[in-house]
Amino acid sequence: MPDVLNFHFEVDGDDFKSAGHASFICKKNLRQLGISPEIIRRVSIAMYEGEINMVIHARGGSADVNVYEDCIEIILADKGPGIKNIKQAMQEGYSTATDNIRSLGFGAGMGLPNMKRYTDYMDIKSTVGEGTTITMKVNFE
Amino acid sequence: MNTYKHSVFLDVKKCNGCTTCLKHCPTEAIRIKDGHAVINEERCIDCGECIRLCPNSAKKAKCSALSSMDKFKWKIALPAPTLYGQFDNLDDVDYVLDGLLKLGFDDVFEVSAAAELVSAYTRKYLKTSGITKPAISSACPVVTRLIALRFPSLLDHVIHMLPPMEVAAHLAREKAKQEHPEFSDSDIGVCFISPCPAKASYVNNGFADYKSKVDVVVSISDIYFHLISVMKYGSDVKPLSNSGIIGISWASSGGEATAIFNENYLAADGIENVMRVLDQMENGNIPPLDFIELNACTGGCVGGVLTIQNPFVAKARLRSLRRYLPVSEHFNAEEDEYLPSEFLFDDLPTYRPISRLSASMAESMRMMADIQKLKETLPGIDCGSCGAPNCRALAEDIVKGKSSIEKCLIRLRGVKDEG
Repeated sequence: MPDVLNFHFEVDGDDFKSAGHASFICKKNLRQLGISPEIIRRVSIAMYEGEINMVIHARGGSADVNVYEDCIEIILADKGPGIKNIKQAMQEGYSTATDNIRSLGFGAGMGLPNMKRYTDYMDIKSTVGEGTTITMKVNFE
Repeated sequence: MNTYKHSVFLDVKKCNGCTTCLKHCPTEAIRIKDGHAVINEERCIDCGECIRLCPNSAKKAKCSALSSMDKFKWKIALPAPTLYGQFDNLDDVDYVLDGLLKLGFDDVFEVSAAAELVSAYTRKYLKTSGITKPAISSACPVVTRLIALRFPSLLDHVIHMLPPMEVAAHLAREKAKQEHPEFSDSDIGVCFISPCPAKASYVNNGFADYKSKVDVVVSISDIYFHLISVMKYGSDVKPLSNSGIIGISWASSGGEATAIFNENYLAADGIENVMRVLDQMENGNIPPLDFIELNACTGGCVGGVLTIQNPFVAKARLRSLRRYLPVSEHFNAEEDEYLPSEFLFDDLPTYRPISRLSASMAESMRMMADIQKLKETLPGIDCGSCGAPNCRALAEDIVKGKSSIEKCLIRLRGVKDEG
């Protein structure tokens, strides 16, 4: 058995319509591995929120999903504007999304809080002007 | 093991192995092998897309002939409201119901009447505390099977209410037993007149542990021709019809949802759209709604593959047909204190991980790694010539040992050119 199985996705920031596509494909793959529906649901939500964030705020980026024996790791990396105040960004309802994005039903300020809620581990590394890398883990047990 | 009895099947003689159904099957249940389509029964959800699209009419639905009712002593017809939308210039449902009696049925029980009761109980259910919202309607059998197979995390949302067809079957039987105590249960035959093959599958298989009370399913397209030869507009017919605007509106998408008398709903139709909504729900990305109506067919039941008429024409006809009807003939149900158990079912079909590569996770991971590697070597144009719907599916089939790389004609041509 390979120690780790990697799914790599490039998230296109120019095409808003395609946002959510990577998490869709990822979900399909995880289902084929026989991972439980509840774990898949948590990974899908966390990854979907992250993917949307990258499209809205950072003009895209990359998503890597690593399946280990005991957990699934999601790494979302972008070269966007970075997050000035991570603590503030983690607050429910806080959002810097434009009105345009809000009118589409996004930008409710629940993205990062949901990512934290549905995962067992979450780490945000961000430098203003350089980009953001978020690592999340969902444990099987 | 697959023990599900499907009603969608292939007439091998008519199939020429074209890729139309292959490319459009929403669950990738079809492959082309030895020059004709093969349906994977584990994956098929009886949506009927392949029947709708097959240019050679090779895909068919197993329904019964009207003569299957001959063996019963008391024959009851359950017309789906979609039936009423098939006829030109129909201005009164009673002509259709009278036509059914002329065809040899002893009684008719409109499914639209049962639908009004289901609507009343759904309104009541939505006010119950502790239910998972948005509640998803269980009326479309394709949708419930799809959720069980593909969206197990949404099973809690499905309302455990029997579909109008089942409620109608139950009530019609009770009525027959009361009015005709001389007949035993097996003397009474209940015949559903169906717009779609999925209802036939539902009747044949039951629903988890629930056994259907319908005995025979006849298609609308079949009974239509029998009916037009006996129906007579303007003749003196018995006033049998017993449903209002709500019941008849169930035939098209949005009809069931508007009957909850609450604007907080979503109604989607067409299998691809339904899948998109379920997917978005699974991602937690839908507004807080109370109710979701999903119909596998475009336009709702009027779009079923066993109908005659274009769904949009049928819908327009139903709109004029229902114009001067009362809103509902069945609304008192809301005053009942509880949901009667004969309207409910216990279990949903259990989740089966059909797309799983292997029973062992380690083996699945190894296979997935192979699939990813293999996919890179395929042309990626998803032409379907290999018999799989796309390159990714071929890679899966090869790794599962069900196909071989030589099946890829495009790749073969490339190898030749280079050599």
